[in-house]
Amino acid sequence: MNAAPWFEPTRVGAPLVLLLVFSALVLFFIHLSRRGREIFIRRIAGIAAIEEAIGRATELGRKVLYLPGSASVDDNQTIASLAVMRHVASLSASYGADLSVLNKDPLTFAAARETVQEAYLQAGRPDLFTPDRVTYVTYDQFAFTAAVAGIMVRERPAANFFIGAYQAESLLLAETGQSVGAMQIAGTAEVTQLPFFAVVCDYTLMGEELYAAGAYLSKEPAMLGSIKGQDFTKAGLILCILVGVTLEIFGVHWLKQAMTIR
Amino acid sequence: MFWKVRLPLLLTALVGLVPIVTFFLTDRVPLIGPAVPFVRDRVERYMIIIAGFALLLGVVNVLQGNLRRIERRLPGWPFAISLLAGLLVMGVFGILSAFRVGPFQGLLATPDGRATPFYWMTIHMFNPLQAAMFSLLAFYIASAAFRSFRVRNVEATILLTAAFVVMLGRTPLGEYVLAWIPGGERWVPRLTDWIMAVPNTAAQRGVIIGAALGAASLSLRVILGIERSYLGLKGE
Repeated sequence: MNAAPWFEPTRVGAPLVLLLVFSALVLFFIHLSRRGREIFIRRIAGIAAIEEAIGRATELGRKVLYLPGSASVDDNQTIASLAVMRHVASLSASYGADLSVLNKDPLTFAAARETVQEAYLQAGRPDLFTPDRVTYVTYDQFAFTAAVAGIMVRERPAANFFIGAYQAESLLLAETGQSVGAMQIAGTAEVTQLPFFAVVCDYTLMGEELYAAGAYLSKEPAMLGSIKGQDFTKAGLILCILVGVTLEIFGVHWLKQAMTIR
Repeated sequence: MFWKVRLPLLLTALVGLVPIVTFFLTDRVPLIGPAVPFVRDRVERYMIIIAGFALLLGVVNVLQGNLRRIERRLPGWPFAISLLAGLLVMGVFGILSAFRVGPFQGLLATPDGRATPFYWMTIHMFNPLQAAMFSLLAFYIASAAFRSFRVRNVEATILLTAAFVVMLGRTPLGEYVLAWIPGGERWVPRLTDWIMAVPNTAAQRGVIIGAALGAASLSLRVILGIERSYLGLKGE
């Protein structure tokens, strides 16, 4: 039997090679890190400021507000947000800060409640956790924005965390938070919303920094190893781009054609 | 331990690997070939069905929280009454309309072309409220720009200059102003297009590539069971 029809001819070229190389690099560095090799990850200012923000809220006696974004739990940004949420909840439990997590998506709400409850338990303060800390607001984009803006204006949180996928509501939320004097840390991979967060918030996790946040906070070897593998893949892609541009300038097109996905 | 941790991890690995593998396969693969179009086309729809059930969980939480707020006269309890009233009215009208009970015939228009009560409330109450919230963006952009476009340092000055040029080149008022500047109508729009097409696009692509690799790395960690935050657990 001819094996060629088993595979999509337009998909087994560059995409498959890139997937295999990327997976191999990530697995290699995970293996290295598990064997004890120290992996260096540069300091990410937004993550380092989390403790400062929660400490500020505790001193002022005001709320810590955490929004995990508008996407569902199948979105990678929401998964990354849950990792950061765990750290924020753990610190809030240790400091005794008043944490409130507001959700737009019902599946994210269910996952967030588990995450926060587990974090309080691990921090040794299960008594401080109440189900009201994690609430579902509404699924509609601007109804959610209006509700959260109202909560910000009435309750005046001292620290806001906007970590996850956001759309047009990003600036509305960030500006309202800024107007009530909250320290704001944002993180998203939505390229169209990053400028708004960067301009309004005190710290912004941009794109891959959001995805690296969970690994950075956990300090687990396997997680840090995956970041290293990802960085090496990025270096390889940058090299490909430079070589490709140079070849194109001289009229050599084979690299561009090989990397084209049809 | 098995039901709470191992089974979800196993399901995650399976559900994560299958779409990746079927991405490269055709339906002519022996044994699993017929499942390839099913995985590609149907699985995403099941996610929508699951989300529908989860929405019920969210509605229950909204009812519980707001009823408790009203009962205990917590701060902001009048807002809870208006929220529950809106939820019940729209919910009841919507369900009756969907099942075409009595005068509630459909969610959009009646057979004779008139708007149903549910649709009337949507276009006369819900949509204007949404538009009002969306329109706040214009004012918030102005206030954010006023605060950020200052000559504080080199980067802020470049930001201010680029924003000024783009606003001149892309707004009707800018067009009017440029008409008064000799040569302005010729070179400012070209400079605007260059700023948007070259440095802006380059920066966006850099962020997109980095974010895509980050997302792929996170997906691999989730499939391998290293990342367990979605289960409310720490890593492995």
